[in-house]
This record gives sequence, structure tokens and C-alpha cells, in this order.
Amino acid sequence: MLQVKNLTVEVGGKTILWDINLDIKKGEPAVLFGPNGSGKSTLIKTIMGFAGYNIKSGEVIFKDQRIDNLPIEKRVKLGIGIMHQHPPKIRGVRLSQMAHFLSKEQNKISDTAERLSLKELLHRDVNFGFSGGEMKRSELFQILLQNPDFLLLDEPESGVDLENISIMGKAIDEFLRQKDKSALIITHTGYILDYVKAKAGCMMIKGKFWCVGSPKEMFKNIREVGYENCRECHERKEP
Amino acid sequence: MNEKSLNAKVAAQDQDTVSSSGMDLSEKTRSASFLQQDYSINFFRSLSDAVDICDTDEAMRRYPEVKDYFGRNFRLLNRQFPEDTRGGYFVRIKKGKTVELPIQACLLLKARGFQQKVHNIIIVEEGAKAYLITGCSASETAKEGFHMGISEFFLQKGAYLNFTMIHSWREDITVKPMSIADVGEGATFISNYVCLRPVREIVMYPAAVLSGDSSRASFNSLILSYPGGLEDIGSRVILRGSQTQAEILSRAVSLGGKVVARGHLKAENRDVKGHLECRGLILSEKGTIHAIPEMESDFRDVDLSHEAAIGKINKDEIEYLCSRGLSANEAQSVIVRGFMDAEVLGLPALLKKEIDSLEEKTFKGSF
Repeated sequence: MLQVKNLTVEVGGKTILWDINLDIKKGEPAVLFGPNGSGKSTLIKTIMGFAGYNIKSGEVIFKDQRIDNLPIEKRVKLGIGIMHQHPPKIRGVRLSQMAHFLSKEQNKISDTAERLSLKELLHRDVNFGFSGGEMKRSELFQILLQNPDFLLLDEPESGVDLENISIMGKAIDEFLRQKDKSALIITHTGYILDYVKAKAGCMMIKGKFWCVGSPKEMFKNIREVGYENCRECHERKEP
Repeated sequence: MNEKSLNAKVAAQDQDTVSSSGMDLSEKTRSASFLQQDYSINFFRSLSDAVDICDTDEAMRRYPEVKDYFGRNFRLLNRQFPEDTRGGYFVRIKKGKTVELPIQACLLLKARGFQQKVHNIIIVEEGAKAYLITGCSASETAKEGFHMGISEFFLQKGAYLNFTMIHSWREDITVKPMSIADVGEGATFISNYVCLRPVREIVMYPAAVLSGDSSRASFNSLILSYPGGLEDIGSRVILRGSQTQAEILSRAVSLGGKVVARGHLKAENRDVKGHLECRGLILSEKGTIHAIPEMESDFRDVDLSHEAAIGKINKDEIEYLCSRGLSANEAQSVIVRGFMDAEVLGLPALLKKEIDSLEEKTFKGSF
């Protein structure tokens, strides 16, 4: 569904991603691990097409079509959706308006808002005075309305309390269980893995993929010994 | 002047422009209406016992006490005012009455090169409450026109007035309103200004004097500036009584025009509070916004503050909306529309809806 081929990306004149290769299939969400500053968000933002992420070489292919030259909204129309980690505040633009950009079905909008306990936030300016959890739920709300085939999740659980993680985890899992969906998920805490059945995990360090494996095992390893093991393991493979 | 209706008094080709200045020609959602075209008083009618409405010259004949009000606010501030005015509207809301539906006054420029100078007097008697919407607009024929509107507001004890002025001019029209409000004890004056259409030049610096203790004033402006235009628009509040409060908020978007956004809070008593906020968005290389916030106090025990922010639209906001499927142009329109949100005007639902729909028309599509 989504393929990334030999992708090298520069930000502000500095190379952040080196020769990344990725192939994510329908129904097989992948998880991206890695320490802070390793380039995980850069990869997601490059796939989405945000400005400032300059592709020096390589390709991004979605549903058999090259998308790396398309404007953001065209990628969205093809079926890519993103849950932002730090969404901006937009004065005078209500969450309900955002909802209407994404869905014309009023029932779906109110049901989804109800389910995510967001009803009171609908008339508010998007992200203004939202708590961490509310911001995440608002992102999820928008994604569920958008109903993309491929979901980019940038640390969906960061800054969220346990109760919200459970609400979100269940909703994301349910979403991804639908036919023909897939995702690339960045996670730091790994909580999301308790809910989402990811097929593959990739470890990104210093802008490169170091290894691929079972997400649960990789995360267990990280939790026990941090990223140090990855480094050693990597050095064993590529001395 | 009870003949016919407001609708019948506005020429067919002017109805759109008059409506675009917030006028309800059917009068259905208004409690009183006034129309002056150039120097002819074409219509006035009150549909409410609580409201007197007519032109200012007529008011001085009908109600002798009105003479005392004429020029009084200028004397209050030791200021001169042009006396070569004709007409203008007189509105009085009677003591203790709450008028739910807005009162509307329309000033229309019609003849080519016409210089319209009017003097409006608005009296809100003790404990009365009303919404007044003034729409100033120019007919297509009014090339090179000039409009000067003097407005004197008198808010007596405990009165409330929400005054909304909508300007809908043309590229070759010059406008110089002069306005002073005298706000009595415990009274609230809200003054909104909306200008979404091109104009050659608008210079105005309306003032409110909070003479009565515990009175409040709030000025809000939404300004859209087109290439070649100059909007030099300020708001001034003099906090004269004790425990008075003022708020000045201005939102300007330059599509290439020059905006000077002034604001002045002057504390003349202890224990007063004022805040000034100016935000500007510049969408074109040619646009200029110059924010000049001023604060002045003779006392220590006051709380005056201001914030100003000018710049282009934040890229993250555009991309956020694009990531929800909007094109960059659509995203820009949505952001500008949000920036000019009529919510800040504190309007009742009906008027808010009307201004929303004016904005909707303006921001339809992209710039």
C-alpha cells in the first residue's frame, strides 16, 4: 500500500533520513521505534508532504502511484491521514468546522464526538485551551471522520492519561481492523501496542533503519535495556 | 414619514450594496429604521414604542431638549467639530426599555462626487438597552464620493448599547467619521466596526469617555484592506470614573492595503482596568500594517495592558488544514475567515448571523 524507496531527506540543509526503505501492506500496520531526534517524525511528515522536508533522492509510492510531488491535500484525497503530535491552534476555526471539512454526515459527526467525549469541544476554536488528552481525542475524532486508508500516527499516546489511552487505543484498533486499512505508527511508550495488532516493527536510529522485527519483542527489548542493545546488535551486523 | 417602506425607498440597483452594509430592507428583523441618501432624508420609521427615530434636524424641531446634546460630547473633550452637516439620524431609546430587535440606520452615497456630512445623535436613557446597526454604503454612481459622519452617543445611568457600524464603500470613496460616546454610571457601550469592502481612505479615531463610575466600553474592529486603500482606524477610551473598564480589540487583514491600527487607553482615575489587543495578518507583499497601541495613566493603581501581533499566516496552520484535505488556498481563506471571527463582536444571534453571512460572501473562494 505504501512504499518508501531509497528515501533520503534533508531539513534545513541537513540530511536527516538516509536511504530509507519501507513497504507497508494492507492490513499490516507497522510500528516505528527510535530515540528522540532519530528522524521518525521527519519520515511521517515527508510522507505527508509538509514543507521543509526536502527529498534529495528516492520515492514515496502510495497505491502504486508516486506521491512525493503531490501537494498535501492530493495525498489526503488518495487516502492518507495523519494524527498530528503537536497540532496548531487556529483562531476562529471551530472543531465542528474541521469536522465538516471531513464529513458531510451530521449523524456520524455527532456519534463520533459522543463516543470520544468531545461534544463540549465542538464549538471551541480548534486546539485552543484543549488539554493534552483532548487534543489527542480531537485528532482521533478528525481521523475517524476522514476515514483514510492509511493512517500516520505520530505518538498517539504522548501526554495522554491511562484512561484516554484506553479510549484511543480501542478506537484506533477498531479502525485499523476494517478491511484494507493500514498504518505507520510512531510510539515512544509502546502503550498503543497493547491495543493495535501491528505486524512489523522498525527501529530508526540516526536517520537509518537498523532493524526490523516483531514490534512486541522489539519494544520489550527497548524497555529492558534501552536502545543500547540495538546499537550493539547493529554493530555486530555491520561492523 | 410613515408612507411606504424602507424597501421602496432604496433604488433597485442600490439594494445589494445597502444590504451589504447590514441593512434589512424588509424591516422585519428591525425595531426602527432610518435612511439618508446624500442629503435627502428618505425614510424613518419606528416599529417600537421604546424608540424615537428621525433625522437630527427634525429631532431638534420636535424635541427641544435635543439641542443641549448637539456638540456636548465634543465640548466634553474640548474638541471642535464641523458644523456644516445636514441630517444624520437621531435615535432615542426610552428609559428602562429593552429593545430586542436592532435599530438600523443607513447612510447612502448616491450622486457622483457628493460630499455627505451628517451629525448623528444617539441617546440611550437610564436603564435602557438596545442594539444599533449603522450601515454606510455607496451606490455605483457615487464616484469620488466623500462621507463624514459625526456621532455623539449618550449612555445614561445603567444603559447598554451595542453599536455596530458596517462600512461597504468603493475604491474611490473617502471617509472620515468622528465619534464620541459619553458613558454614564454603570453603563456599557460596545462599539463594533466592520469593513470588508474596498475603500480609498478611511480615517477615524472614535472615543468613549467613561464618565460614570463602573461604566464599561469595548471597541472591536474587523478590517479587510485592499490594494491601494488606507484604513487609519483607532479607538480611544478615557477611563474617567472609578472602577471603569475598557477593552479595545482590532483584527486587520491586509490584502495589499495600508492599515494603521491605533488604540489609546487613558486612565484618569484610580482602580481602572483596560486591555488593548491588535492582531494583523499581511497576505500580500505590498500590504502594510502599523499597530500603534498607546497607554497612559496619571495613577499607579491601574491595570492597563496591551498585546499586538502582526505577521503572515502560520505555515503550520495551513498545512494542518491541508492535511484535512483543503487546498492551500482554501486553507488560507478558512484561516482569514476565522481570524475575522464575528464572535468577538458580542452580537446577539441574529446580527451575528448577518455578519457571518456578509463575511461568507467576502471570503467565498480565495484571495
